[in-house]
Amino acid sequence: MNIKGTVIKYGDNVDTDVIIPARYLNTSDEKELAAHCMEDLDRTFVTRVRPGDIMVAGTNFGCGSSREHAPLAIKTSGIACVAAKSFARIFYRNAINIGLPIIECDTDAIDEGDTLEIDFDKGELHNLTKNTTAKFAPFPPFLQDIIKAGGLLKSIGGGK
Amino acid sequence: MGMTMTQKILAAHCGEKHVEAGQIILADVDLVLGNDITTPVAINEFNKAGCTGVYDQNKVVFVMDHFTPNKDIKAAEQCKQMRDFAREKGFAHHCFDVGEVGVEHALLPERGMVIPGDLVIGADSHTCTYGALSAFSTGVGSTDMAAAMATGKVWLKVPSAIKFNLTGKLNKHVYGKDVILHILGMIGVDGALYKSMEFAGEGVSALSMSDRLCIANMAIECGAKNGIFPVDEKTLEYVYARTKRTPVVYKADPDAVYERVIDIDLSAVRQTVAFPHLPENARTFDEIPDIPIDQVVIGSCTNGRLEDLIIAADILRGKKVAKGVRCIVIPATQKIYLEAMEMGLLKDFVEAGCAVSTPTCGPCLGGHMGVLAKGERCVATTNRNFVGRMGHPESEVYLASPAVAAASAIAGKIAPAE
Ligand code: SF4
Repeated sequence: MNIKGTVIKYGDNVDTDVIIPARYLNTSDEKELAAHCMEDLDRTFVTRVRPGDIMVAGTNFGCGSSREHAPLAIKTSGIACVAAKSFARIFYRNAINIGLPIIECDTDAIDEGDTLEIDFDKGELHNLTKNTTAKFAPFPPFLQDIIKAGGLLKSIGGGK
Repeated sequence: MGMTMTQKILAAHCGEKHVEAGQIILADVDLVLGNDITTPVAINEFNKAGCTGVYDQNKVVFVMDHFTPNKDIKAAEQCKQMRDFAREKGFAHHCFDVGEVGVEHALLPERGMVIPGDLVIGADSHTCTYGALSAFSTGVGSTDMAAAMATGKVWLKVPSAIKFNLTGKLNKHVYGKDVILHILGMIGVDGALYKSMEFAGEGVSALSMSDRLCIANMAIECGAKNGIFPVDEKTLEYVYARTKRTPVVYKADPDAVYERVIDIDLSAVRQTVAFPHLPENARTFDEIPDIPIDQVVIGSCTNGRLEDLIIAADILRGKKVAKGVRCIVIPATQKIYLEAMEMGLLKDFVEAGCAVSTPTCGPCLGGHMGVLAKGERCVATTNRNFVGRMGHPESEVYLASPAVAAASAIAGKIAPAE
């Protein structure tokens, strides 16, 4: 899988309370959640995000609560992939479970507005603006199977 | 190579003799938990996937604690969806509603629903609280919860561990909250990312169960997968008073491998406050200037237990909350509420000028019952002080123990207990 998109960049420790504030958690409607995505950190996000954009951040992205509304809001807002130096663990598993592509790599040299091309199979991130390439580790096979199946529940075949 | 305590519990739950850090396992789950924010999403996923029944009606628990008593129509609809689902799937007895509900991570230990050796997952990040009871417990998302409700299984990556070697005893007015804020100040909000925090050493036995529950509760604030305490007499006494199930005691191997060992002398820990907007911004009172406050919240899964209310009431008794400060006290469960009433603590609070609320998460997540306006400051015994956590994005939350919170309510500014 390959994607190409423009960067929207944030810093370290972006928490789930700013990704989707609790005051909007009385709904699980994806579109309504996306309408408030990043609101407490960046009010301009919802108006400037374009389908296929890539969200880039520093360390510990998605720290805080277990709300799956956070990756859901990001995915529904049109973000094609989140690249960060590290992810908080519940966000990491939620993203995999709902099928939001995420990658862990060095993001220091990536700036707002850069154009990135990401090759998930090779584990390569090309910064077309800066003409550089960063490597990242592809997911272990078990997690690749979940992603290929289109999410956790599809991969377990429904249950009883 | 030896295993950590966490690794041993995980091995036992996936039928392996040995597991290693980094390995991905499919583990059996002893209890699956969800609340009124995360469960509606899980139910939708469960239904979408065509699942019909839950794997064990005694091992799924719904706790409606966040926006209850229902804050608005949307919250009411979410709770109704949970109630209907629990009834339909045959576990209405495990669906805790207003009148019997408490903040989930105070309620489950109180009811003896988690015991040493269990593997518990919950669609709530503070599910790690039960590590205080020597169980492996961790927060997951709604899709994980849906899958576990259907199959009784969860995928987990076996974590490596940091060992915290505790020595000494806490000084007067210093509590578990100060210990975990001190640790957060040392290692930061990603200091234990993906890892276990394993507490050990002779200092453990000097900590009350209430202190241990508070410390394990905030393991997630260090980015940890879980925090866990060894079983001792206090653990067994706590558990035997609440359940007839038999605990399974797991101990770390003597040659267990830790990424790091950190020594903590409990007698050196001082009263600590975490400044906005991260729990790692820990400061002691020699570094704290005069900071006037507008609100105090004493409650939550971190510090809403009876022990916490006793600490706060001892400070507030016979005093008055400063004019201009709103002090909100929230017993974490109905049982705590009743005990606090019988002990006269609620009278102490009301006479001091506090508002006492029914059990709820309420203001902890900026839900209801004490939301902050722009520019307002709150000292809270909760666990997160992120931007906008308790209300307006330009409000501020300072995390502290019930002792500091109560002293601050009287002083009208952030103040130590004396
Ligand atoms: S009290 Fe706060 S931290 Fe605890 S479960 Fe409720 S909202 Fe979460």
